[in-house]
Amino acid sequence: MQSNVQQFPPFREPQSDHAHGDHGHAEHHEPNFWQKYIFSTDHKVIGIQYGFMALCFMLFGFGLMLLMRWQIAHPGVAVPLFGPLLAKVLGQPAAGGIISPELYNSFGAMHGTIMVFLGVVPLAFAAFGNYVVPLMIGAPDMTFPRINMASFHAFFLGGVVMLVSFFIPGGAAQAGWTSYSPLATTIPTNGQAFWLVGMVLLITSSLLGAVNFIATIIQLRAPGMTWMRLPWFVWAQFVTAFILLLAFPPLEAAGVLQLMDNLAGTSFFLPTGLAVGGQLVDRSGGGSPLLWQHLFWFLGHPEVYVLILPAMGIVIEIIANNTRKPIWGYKSLVYSVLFVGFLSFIVWAHHMYLTGMGQKIATFFQATTMIISIPSVIILTCMFLSLWGGSIRINTPMLFALGFLPMFGIGGLTGLPLGLAAADLYLHDTYYIIAHFHYVVAPGTIFALFAGVYFWFPKMTGRKMNEFWGRVHFWCSLAFMNIVFMPMFAQGIKGMLRRMSDGAVNYSAARVPNAIDALPGSVMQLNGVILWAAICLGIAQIPFIINLFWSISHGEKVGDNPWRATTLDWQTPTPPPHGNFAHEPHVVRGPYEYSAPNHATDFTPQDEPESSSAPLNPNAHH
Amino acid sequence: MEIPYTVQARPDTGLYNAKLGIWLFLASEVMLFGGLFSAYVLLRVGAEPGMWPHGWLNVTLGTVNTLLLALSAITTLLAWAACKVRDFTKFKIFHACTILLALTFLGIKSYEYHDKLIHYEIKLNNGTFADGHLVEKSADFDLAKKTGTVTLHGHIVTDEKELMDLRSPEAQAAKHEEVIVAATDIKSMGNYGPRHNTFTAIYFTLTGLHALHILGGTLVIFYFWAFGGAMWKTDPERFTNRIEVSGLFWHFVDLVWIFLFPVLYLT
Repeated sequence: MQSNVQQFPPFREPQSDHAHGDHGHAEHHEPNFWQKYIFSTDHKVIGIQYGFMALCFMLFGFGLMLLMRWQIAHPGVAVPLFGPLLAKVLGQPAAGGIISPELYNSFGAMHGTIMVFLGVVPLAFAAFGNYVVPLMIGAPDMTFPRINMASFHAFFLGGVVMLVSFFIPGGAAQAGWTSYSPLATTIPTNGQAFWLVGMVLLITSSLLGAVNFIATIIQLRAPGMTWMRLPWFVWAQFVTAFILLLAFPPLEAAGVLQLMDNLAGTSFFLPTGLAVGGQLVDRSGGGSPLLWQHLFWFLGHPEVYVLILPAMGIVIEIIANNTRKPIWGYKSLVYSVLFVGFLSFIVWAHHMYLTGMGQKIATFFQATTMIISIPSVIILTCMFLSLWGGSIRINTPMLFALGFLPMFGIGGLTGLPLGLAAADLYLHDTYYIIAHFHYVVAPGTIFALFAGVYFWFPKMTGRKMNEFWGRVHFWCSLAFMNIVFMPMFAQGIKGMLRRMSDGAVNYSAARVPNAIDALPGSVMQLNGVILWAAICLGIAQIPFIINLFWSISHGEKVGDNPWRATTLDWQTPTPPPHGNFAHEPHVVRGPYEYSAPNHATDFTPQDEPESSSAPLNPNAHH
Repeated sequence: MEIPYTVQARPDTGLYNAKLGIWLFLASEVMLFGGLFSAYVLLRVGAEPGMWPHGWLNVTLGTVNTLLLALSAITTLLAWAACKVRDFTKFKIFHACTILLALTFLGIKSYEYHDKLIHYEIKLNNGTFADGHLVEKSADFDLAKKTGTVTLHGHIVTDEKELMDLRSPEAQAAKHEEVIVAATDIKSMGNYGPRHNTFTAIYFTLTGLHALHILGGTLVIFYFWAFGGAMWKTDPERFTNRIEVSGLFWHFVDLVWIFLFPVLYLT
């Protein structure tokens, strides 16, 4: 597998004398456990910390979903196996092991929050970004290593606050991951305050991360790494960082305002004359529930692109690597991602067609929503066209990357009717929406993230994950993901609303036979299908979990560049030491120089000096 | 391992890392305060006619605070300039001024908060309102048990709207004197804290968040002022950069106040 890649000497050359000796000195003594794994400032360790935590949170969020699916398919029936445990840990809301509607609401709100803010974003942006971006641009670390550490610690604290909120009296937040006011303020639990404090910590974390990423990409590119030589993954992370930097603060502002509503008795989001349970609320009123929705979705929609852009970046890297030819339309990809990033700030109110904000505003946001689909389609088209004529090398990362394409396609295309106000009025808040955005995020983004894990695992550990079990993981996940989410389109079109506990049983034809819009039995039966598909999907992740840990010590040993890749992240020692590169790399070409004619191998690393016959870069050392 | 451009600027960007970092951070701060200001706009245009307050804040104190921050911006700049010409004594003097100005600002701000928190509006059972600053509550005063009296320095109005525009000639002409109200006459009673109405809510939130920024900035500047000597001796250029970066943050905080002052005090 090994090729004639330029190999680095195993040890760094001694640094020339520098003004500040503190960094150099720290390398000489072996750091203890705490310094190495908990208070590390090394971007690679922080990336792995983020990745591990995010995967744990995703598993937890998946578990919440399984409990919810049980309650939907079998309302009022105690949860098997975990019922007694739930009753013991959570008390009254889970009395007798039965999930009460309040608990269902909590699980729903926390499933969304955990999956988005504690699972996918930290994995896609913070974990892969931290580990891979400095390697790809040829940097020794992030620009602000200690801020990077602080970012992870804020994330960790935010996660702890979110988890603790399950155990307070009244339980965790129940107002959905969108936390619409006045519901979020009037529900009698302090879980919402915990949610808000947790969110402020998570926003702080992503703010610190975003500043660090942008500064790193601007300041620490290696010599010769011009903007148009950046791997597209770096571009995607760059735009993502800008979205996080500029879209999250308004949600932080909204969080502060809602925290004031919940704790200081203000009425930012509470209208005049608000009554709860037939009683006038003792508030001044005068606030605006719409204000919350605007501030929330000003983050909420760009957040969608935070979820998807890093995933697309991963897919592009893997496709280029496994088709063994340059990616199709690199410049179109770069301009498209910049355009997506810009436009993502002016589409937010397409989540609010049903609020009565007015036809004129709806028309504007309809137009921008249709426009933003253009660059997204360009990106996906470039991915498809890159496959054309390639001699495709199939392996687990490539399977997941290929799986991403149609899955994200389904998610994206089913979103178009939702962008048009007329269709959205009917489909809004139904299971159609759930199916749509889960296709984008679950078999879309999460598949890309799995691809990334399988792809960069050899760089992190020096070993490959098991190929056979990787393929088992892929095919089972692909099948069960579709059995879980495809039926939801049908349920939504039939009018089944999301966010209802007991799986809409009160609206079923069996319960209300005379209602013309009652949900037919066929729709209700799908709940059972989805439950078992979800359970199987959970089982399908077991090979991945075992494979991940087993391969750290038992996987097939590989060299520095097992995929024969061109980008700088594969031109380092494995695993990369503190400081990453043995020599400062000098970049002489673009990121996807595969199968170049007249070259001995079918890939030309970005920093491989030009051959002696054409000495274009005399500065490059050998 | 050495991270490049921590002190020297990168030639093609013209920036050292921390300077780029602080500008990015300030961009996000613009969005944070931008979100809050847009909340202010939506609340104000959405208020019922005649129910958005005018003239509730003390313009004199606001003006003094504006001048204090403007002065501190100048001393911050001079402190950085002193570092640039390697004059540590001058740096110490100028940033001492900055810190004192900031603390005075916070003192005045606390006084204003206190003034609002002891200002009560009492809705009486006969439909009128007693409004004024708390003088005293009698020892046995208990609103729930309806015992005792409360004394305000203020006046009685028949319509709550009369309290909304304190710049109007009627409000200016109103005579303020001691008003004693019995607990038995009180329907509800509350101070001008955040929960009073959406104006006090956004006032306390915006200025409170701004005051936290002032406090944070002051702590950082104080840290460099008090403990910066060591770095000054070993690496004056890096220290100067730190003063520049903290100064950029300080100018931003000043700028936020320049927007807050007219929006809250003058309109």
